[in-house]
Amino acid sequence: MLAASLAVKVGKMNCEIVGKVPDTGLYLDRMGLYKLTKTKSPFSYNMKEPAGRFVPISIIKTAQQQSDFVTDMIPLLHLSEQNSRIIKYIVSELIRNVLEHAKSGSGAIVAAQYYKKTNRISIGICDNGIGVWRSMNESWHPITDADALRLALTPGITGTTRKEGGTSENAGAGLFFIKSIAKITRNYFVIYSGNAEYTLLRHRKRIKGFPRLYADPERDPHNQTNSAPNFQGTLVAVDISLDETPEFQTLLNVIGKVYDDAIRERKRAKYKEPKFI
Amino acid sequence: MINLIKMHSKIGDFAENKEIAKKLRVESIMPSLSMGDEVILDFDKVDGATQSFIHSLVSEPIRQLGDKTFNNLYFKNTNEDIKKIVTIVYRYMQESLGRDTDTNSDIQ
Repeated sequence: MLAASLAVKVGKMNCEIVGKVPDTGLYLDRMGLYKLTKTKSPFSYNMKEPAGRFVPISIIKTAQQQSDFVTDMIPLLHLSEQNSRIIKYIVSELIRNVLEHAKSGSGAIVAAQYYKKTNRISIGICDNGIGVWRSMNESWHPITDADALRLALTPGITGTTRKEGGTSENAGAGLFFIKSIAKITRNYFVIYSGNAEYTLLRHRKRIKGFPRLYADPERDPHNQTNSAPNFQGTLVAVDISLDETPEFQTLLNVIGKVYDDAIRERKRAKYKEPKFI
Repeated sequence: MINLIKMHSKIGDFAENKEIAKKLRVESIMPSLSMGDEVILDFDKVDGATQSFIHSLVSEPIRQLGDKTFNNLYFKNTNEDIKKIVTIVYRYMQESLGRDTDTNSDIQ
């Protein structure tokens, strides 16, 4: 996804794939990476239909294209009704995030892959926009890229305002919801922007019941760095295990409660304290 | 007066296009509620919605019009997923605005 994003950024005629590409590079061709460069694909093969296996790299620049993509991608992945709801939800919110916050002329670059053996779907979405730090800095002034990611993942915090409840257009819920869906379904969630990367680690299967959700992403089991190679833009990747997926309403129940509690606690933290002398 | 808005004809099976949500809010929902009219959002044949879509649809009416919205805005033919998302948005908006959240949203 990063390579695709960079190719889109510099333009097809300014981008080529150099050196010997191993046979596994065929996958990159099938996903559409070569089409974004001036390099002719060295692979020749019988192209099978992507249906049931993957959604090739797509570029989405408008809300209408987003709607069309979401409508078209679900049949490609052959999902059950229950799973399709969750995938539609995640893809819609991730693309919307890019269109609203990234300020990228090249739009959202998105792809998905179904893995039959593990019965999971990996979704990647990337942009060449202003990055999370600049987006959050409009209202919150984070010091580092890692601080900006933490804010972006915190429920009720949006880069567009410091007001509780957000604006008429943004509530600061999108990434928290998606990270929470990944956590409850015991999957990975990764966000990478600027020099920072945050990876939610998979919740161990032997622990029964729903994994506990936290408003503060620092409390989730995760890996984090603030010294990754600088990426001007944002990448989000999420895995969804189709076997582990509970009813969507059940997911929403759990996520909604944590979201409420987070807002309540943040409001209480602003209350004036009596002065005891 | 009752303003009945058939959502499926506006947004299709899955409610995620916030440009449409904003248009509905600005051109139809807010003006009707402001005049004291009832608004019914009919989600018949809509099988899902994002939190962002519902937020864009109702957060401003809740913030600007308060009880006029709580009393006169109705959600019809919502499935359990959509009911849940509407309820989440109602609750966090009331939390944010400092309202008593013991009262439930008006979901038919």
